[in-house]
Amino acid sequence: MSILVTPETKFLVQGITGGFGGRHAQLSLDYGSQLVAGVTPGKGGQTFADTVPIYDSVAEAVAETGATASAIFVPPPFAADAILEGIDAGLELVVAITEGIPVRDMLSVKKVLDASDTKLIGPNCPGIVTPGEGDQSAGGCRIGIAPGYIHKKGNIGVVSRSGTLTYEAVWQLTSAGVGQSTCVGIGGDPVPGMTHLDVLKMFNDDPETEGIIMIGEIGGTAEEEAAAWAKDNCSKPIAGFIAGATAPPGRRMGHAGAIVSGGKGTAEAKKAAFREAGIGVAETPSEMADTLLKMM
Amino acid sequence: MNLHEYQAKELMRRHGVPVPAGEPATSVEEAKAAIEKLFGEGHQRVVVKSQIHAGGRGKGTFKDGFQGGVHLADSVEDATAKAEAMFGNVLVTKQTGEEGKQVNRLLITSCQEIKSEFYCAVLLDRALGKPIIMASSEGGMDIEEVAEATPEKIIKETVDPDLGLQAYQGRKIAIALGLRGKLIGQCGRLLQGLYATWAGCDASMVEVNPLALIENEDGTEAVVALDAKMSIDSNAMFRHADIAEMRDLTEEDPLEVEAGKFDLNYIKLDGNIACLVNGAGLAMSTMDAIKHYGGDPANFLDVGGGATQEQVKAAFEIILSDPSVEAILINIFGGIMNCNTIAEGVVAAAKETDLKLPLVVRLEGNNVEAGRQTLAESGLALITASSLAEAAQKSVEAAK
Repeated sequence: MSILVTPETKFLVQGITGGFGGRHAQLSLDYGSQLVAGVTPGKGGQTFADTVPIYDSVAEAVAETGATASAIFVPPPFAADAILEGIDAGLELVVAITEGIPVRDMLSVKKVLDASDTKLIGPNCPGIVTPGEGDQSAGGCRIGIAPGYIHKKGNIGVVSRSGTLTYEAVWQLTSAGVGQSTCVGIGGDPVPGMTHLDVLKMFNDDPETEGIIMIGEIGGTAEEEAAAWAKDNCSKPIAGFIAGATAPPGRRMGHAGAIVSGGKGTAEAKKAAFREAGIGVAETPSEMADTLLKMM
Repeated sequence: MNLHEYQAKELMRRHGVPVPAGEPATSVEEAKAAIEKLFGEGHQRVVVKSQIHAGGRGKGTFKDGFQGGVHLADSVEDATAKAEAMFGNVLVTKQTGEEGKQVNRLLITSCQEIKSEFYCAVLLDRALGKPIIMASSEGGMDIEEVAEATPEKIIKETVDPDLGLQAYQGRKIAIALGLRGKLIGQCGRLLQGLYATWAGCDASMVEVNPLALIENEDGTEAVVALDAKMSIDSNAMFRHADIAEMRDLTEEDPLEVEAGKFDLNYIKLDGNIACLVNGAGLAMSTMDAIKHYGGDPANFLDVGGGATQEQVKAAFEIILSDPSVEAILINIFGGIMNCNTIAEGVVAAAKETDLKLPLVVRLEGNNVEAGRQTLAESGLALITASSLAEAAQKSVEAAK
């Protein structure tokens, strides 16, 4: 097993006719993922890469293809609407890649999301990968923008707020011959869908996942909440890394959510929470995989 | 994006928050006109306030020794003299750092008798995923100190973002602040206006410190926003053309402004090791690793996931225009991005800028072999590293 998606998961791409969305839709097809539909209002009836049908609405795409998940590559002013459309169509999972969605839009989305059965990954995230069994993990499910080839099918779960740090962790694992069950990039925005805690719980319940790497950064208290739960409830070893110890307070470090404000959300506090919960702390990102492997 | 006090007050006024009468000024002449207008309207006293993006203005000191960035004055002459003393002068406060900030704008407002001071703010509670109103009867104080010393004095009210702050919630906060009689409703409406400002302007934070109970010259009482601090969610700027025009570039670091033109995320720091990294998390970690091995990062710089040669070159020029830089660390994990594209960009930029500083490069990921070969054959005196930890150590060594 894996969490959230399997190699059989059928998904669609909202915004497939845009440059960025199209490029990554093609990379998902190349990886062997089940990309079954695209959605661009007004372009229904066309096809993407000569094989993937494009629909005018998510509901129509779901009805025709049986897709249960979606990747959103819609520009920021329209992205919240795209997420709401995915929820309305009853998708099990929406993965919002878009960076730059206003916080106020996400507050409204979150209310609808919390009252629905849909799970949201992101926004401002690299997406999710469940590696496949083929060459360079091909045949897996890749929804988003992560490089597929760095993965390897296996038993480590990775959850992270940062894209490139996720790739670092995955690459270190793969280079050490250790594969991953599922890798989830939950994104760097202040109002996200799934949190570290949500993903941690799923990894804990997943029989195939044997160890977890949890990557966080400054801002908010999501890492502390996940650690507090893990202390008494997580039966699997966890290695953690927190970015941003040297970030000046009050400055946003690239990600909208990466900011220490009012003395809250420091790297120091998060690392302390990790240690308190028995989570192994990697001092530099070069040691993420080693820290976990030593615990296993 | 941060706003000046006078801009925040203007936005708050538009949303029904009472603020003292007044006008901004960008020259002594404008200041004098605003001062004369207030005295002409019958006000007995005015406040002349420096407008810079930093707190602690009242207790600040100008570089020429003039004390205080906020002054009261009882006559046109006195107020104008104080305005003259402030314009163009550099104000140092506990938040500006020792270099201070030049005062180019003033706010001239009326001044009323203050009976008591409160604190209130609208901000996002990330754990709840909802906006909250935070208030305290300890006005004029640093809210973080209040939260630390007397957490029971902090009032918090959660807002449903789709409903806005309800009237009863506003009254509840007003009562908790100790207000009674007609002031309960008046302060409640003010708080509703404050929330409306936050929501209507896509603000990240609206803070009023102090919110004051004042006595008007006719003896009536009212709650007004005496000060205002506000920042706007940059991601929402596309729907606020009017607020976008309020941006004051003189308040921002010129290198950061320049980086923004190339879609580069750059933040200047105090150290001597410059970094150029792809991805915000990796960029922060690179700074942390430099510090971990005993060095000091000169900047945060995220070139993004799809950096072009042009962006790499612009990034080089920006980090090189910081005179404190003594070594450069490039850390790229090329997931989708081709490492060779980055390598070619680095070589071109290093040659074009006639780079003399030590350059440590760590490349990993897509097409890394070709990238490493490009670097090796470039003829540049590069220091290569295979991991971030190694790269950080080598950059610290090189900067010594």
